[in-house]
Amino acid sequence: MGQNYILTILTFLPLIGALLILSIRGDHDIVARNARWTALWTSAITFIVSLYLWFKFDKSTADFQFVQKVDWMPQFGISYHMGVDGISLLFVLLTTLLTPLCILASWESIKNRVKEYMISFLILETFMIGMFCALDLMVFYIFFEAVLIPMFLIIGIWGGPRRVYAAFKLFLYTLLGSVLMLLAMLAMYYDAGTTDMVVLMKHSFPVGMQPWLWLAFMASFAVKVPMWPVHTWLPDAHVEAPTAGSVILAGVLLKFGGYGFLRFSLPMFPDASVMFTPLIFTLSIVAVIYTSLVALAQTDMKKLIAYSSIAHMGFVTAGVFTFNVQGIEGAIYQMLSHGVVSAALFLIVGVVYDRIHSREIAVYGGLVHRMPCYSLIFMLFMLASIGLPGTGGFVGEFLVLIGLFQVDAWVAALAATGVILGAAYMLYLYRRIIFGQLTRESLLKIKDLTPRELAVFAPLIILTLWMGIYPGSFLDFMHVSVANLISQVDVALAASGQLPLAGH
Amino acid sequence: MPMAHVPNLLPAVPELFLAVIIMVLLMFGVFQKTDGGVEDVKTARLTSGVSVACILFTVFLVVNVGSGRILAFGDLFISDSFAIFCKVLVLIGAAATLAISQGYLTRHDMSRFEYPVLILFASLGMMMMLSANDLMSLYVSLEMQSLSLYVLAAFRRDDMRSTESGLKYFVLGALASGMLLYGSSLIYGFAGTTNFDQLAALFGTMGEHGPDLGIIFGIVFILAGLAFKVSAVPFHMWTPDVYEGAPTPVTAFFAIAPKIAALGLFIRVMVGPFGDLVSQWQQIIVFVSIASMLLGSLAAINQNNIKRLMAYSSIGHVGYALIGIAVGNEAGIRGILIYLAIYLVMNIGAFACILAMRRGDRMVENISDLAGLSKTHPVMAAFFAVFMFSLAGIPPLAGFFGKLYVFLAAIEAGLYGLAVIGVLASVISAFYYLRIIRVMYFDSNEETLDKPVEQEIGIVIGISGLLILLFFAFPTPVLSSAATAAASLFAG
Repeated sequence: MGQNYILTILTFLPLIGALLILSIRGDHDIVARNARWTALWTSAITFIVSLYLWFKFDKSTADFQFVQKVDWMPQFGISYHMGVDGISLLFVLLTTLLTPLCILASWESIKNRVKEYMISFLILETFMIGMFCALDLMVFYIFFEAVLIPMFLIIGIWGGPRRVYAAFKLFLYTLLGSVLMLLAMLAMYYDAGTTDMVVLMKHSFPVGMQPWLWLAFMASFAVKVPMWPVHTWLPDAHVEAPTAGSVILAGVLLKFGGYGFLRFSLPMFPDASVMFTPLIFTLSIVAVIYTSLVALAQTDMKKLIAYSSIAHMGFVTAGVFTFNVQGIEGAIYQMLSHGVVSAALFLIVGVVYDRIHSREIAVYGGLVHRMPCYSLIFMLFMLASIGLPGTGGFVGEFLVLIGLFQVDAWVAALAATGVILGAAYMLYLYRRIIFGQLTRESLLKIKDLTPRELAVFAPLIILTLWMGIYPGSFLDFMHVSVANLISQVDVALAASGQLPLAGH
Repeated sequence: MPMAHVPNLLPAVPELFLAVIIMVLLMFGVFQKTDGGVEDVKTARLTSGVSVACILFTVFLVVNVGSGRILAFGDLFISDSFAIFCKVLVLIGAAATLAISQGYLTRHDMSRFEYPVLILFASLGMMMMLSANDLMSLYVSLEMQSLSLYVLAAFRRDDMRSTESGLKYFVLGALASGMLLYGSSLIYGFAGTTNFDQLAALFGTMGEHGPDLGIIFGIVFILAGLAFKVSAVPFHMWTPDVYEGAPTPVTAFFAIAPKIAALGLFIRVMVGPFGDLVSQWQQIIVFVSIASMLLGSLAAINQNNIKRLMAYSSIGHVGYALIGIAVGNEAGIRGILIYLAIYLVMNIGAFACILAMRRGDRMVENISDLAGLSKTHPVMAAFFAVFMFSLAGIPPLAGFFGKLYVFLAAIEAGLYGLAVIGVLASVISAFYYLRIIRVMYFDSNEETLDKPVEQEIGIVIGISGLLILLFFAFPTPVLSSAATAAASLFAG
């Protein structure tokens, strides 16, 4: 197999940008300006390079593509192995798309330590892209965990008043889950003799060992997703993080968990996955209903959207464990559209926060009179979050519900209540902020979107509508990979004598 | 006429070279001595510089002594890849501490030529410890390093805390040596030999009825003595006090070189003569390891003094290293050796940063003194953060790989409980490492630390920081030499 350097270039391009920013010297203002521009250019170039994957990807095969494999620690049989398939490719593109938008969104809101901020963001991008491309357990783990370092600093340095608490909570929660996963990875390595994920997906782990490995992975992914009851770090982290930090957190980091379930739990531990499906369904349903209700009661905009994220991710986890095409494709689609929509919603909160410096819902009201453009965009994403047909949010939720219905009508019915509750809290939020009379003194002079802000929203608007109107252009990427994943699971289940839950 | 038998000196050439240099430097220092003043400081600086150069030359000698297993001096002395690997680490640690000590010593009016000479004496003792192949040579070399260390701890004679820590260290250390000696005598009494190879052969052919109770007692006493030297729980009590009281460069030295040497000795004793009795001592090591990891992570949470914090941190790290001994096979030992190599670099860097913490030419030791460091000393703060993340074991920094290989060995050996407790302890310990980063990056400062950082310290911080950052890109040299070293222990 020939070496393909495109993924390595893509992964480490932001790092090179970070090194360039590191070398900027001089006066504070000049440093800040140069850092901003360098970061923007680097992330924009990274995005353009990533488009190469979009055009060159072969949708007719489930094999990993753009593969690079180099010996790394030959003593242990660990290699640097990168590649993407239909499941991971779109996440890579999501990451490369959101990063430049984040940098643009922090253009004016970040005023101190701009250089460090931009370095953190570019390093974060490197780790995120690497995580989705990694095809070796160790490479995966390193990127997966390393993300914590820049995220900790972004929340801790540029966050709100309770940033220290939020940063520690994020770090320790996630670390606790991850180290258990690390032990499971070591046990897998010991059992299979390799850390190559492609080989491991075909390796059948002893049925007695699978539940333990599955639970250890679950410990890590459940925190990342986050699933109820280990979700409590998320509202704190979102509320305290700067806008761009929230965007990345909701847009990309939350997808690590769902991606992990698809990449590890299902293909590598199929028996355990079937065994624990009721657990996942229960936790997902609780997440969908409980966090939606909690969202209704929030007085902080960011917290409300954070809870809505947890509810949406509940759909994802439920969809992944349906073991059928609709459910899994729906879950992936839901993650992608949530990546776009929730990112946009956090940016929308950021717009008014930059002007008024408050996230309290009660502070706002009647914004439509001063900010028509803003209100329109807010409405679009609010409806997309609810899952209105014609927006990206609809396709994912709809597919997941179809998939769930094939497995268990009750689960599907309960999950569907989440859609209704979602409409309730989002419309309620919209009403309180946008409609009504503009009475507050502080809001009388508020300005509508600037061209820079419009430039941030434009790609997200296009993408949301595109995903809603013509989902085929995205679903085509994953059909073969998802079908392959399901057949792998079925074969493994047949081999161990368990019948697959669904698909017939 | 037959000539008198000349012992095979070749394997001991590095030690002999170092011993000769020590004598020369000692004489030089004594003859140069005046009644205090500029001349003495000059002498001390010269001695220190020569010492660093000689240590580096000794590293060269050690590496070139030949990797085969060579015995000398009536089988009391052994040279193999394992000894070479550990000696190189110890010597690098000693050289780095000497390099970062000078500024501190000069400022505190402690710049005397005895300091480098004592460090050299201790290093010589450590090299001999690592080459010990007999309970006798083990004891002699251990005492040689310990006595030098006691004096070093009390090197700041006019400071109460320093003298107190020296005395404390001496009294407790003597007790531990006594236990070790008692254990050795029990072993000798019941086995009839003190030579490691003969002991190994004896226990290897013991058969089903197992060793005598006396042997077990002997092993336990030796274990207790060694656990004291590596500061493992429950023999750790001296560590925080001594670390806090001793002059900071000496603390740095304690945390680095003697720890590595003692762990190397620990490994050699446990897998060498007592390797076949692993079922007898494994549970002791498992207990000590768990206790050290937990205490190291829990007790450090409430510390405000950074030297005390580093003391608890080092106790915790010994716990992780001991996992490898508990495993007791080649993979385990390879894991520890990688761990020690990375631990060495992390701690050199961290202590170099601590030595740069001064305000108005006085050392400050509280964690809160670091507040706002990221604004006043951005480069140093960044490197300090790298060391802290690495000590916490966060990838992609080197500290993660250290833990990785130890845990890998534990999983392979089926010690799941130990591994799970180990990773949980590492999450707890992440909290206090993060706290330091938090103080540097999230808190704002009232007073700033002195600028600029001394040149030697800056260089050491830079080199070790880059090694930690870039380890993931070039892991092979450390991994393969550790593998060779571990294999040499099991070859015999």
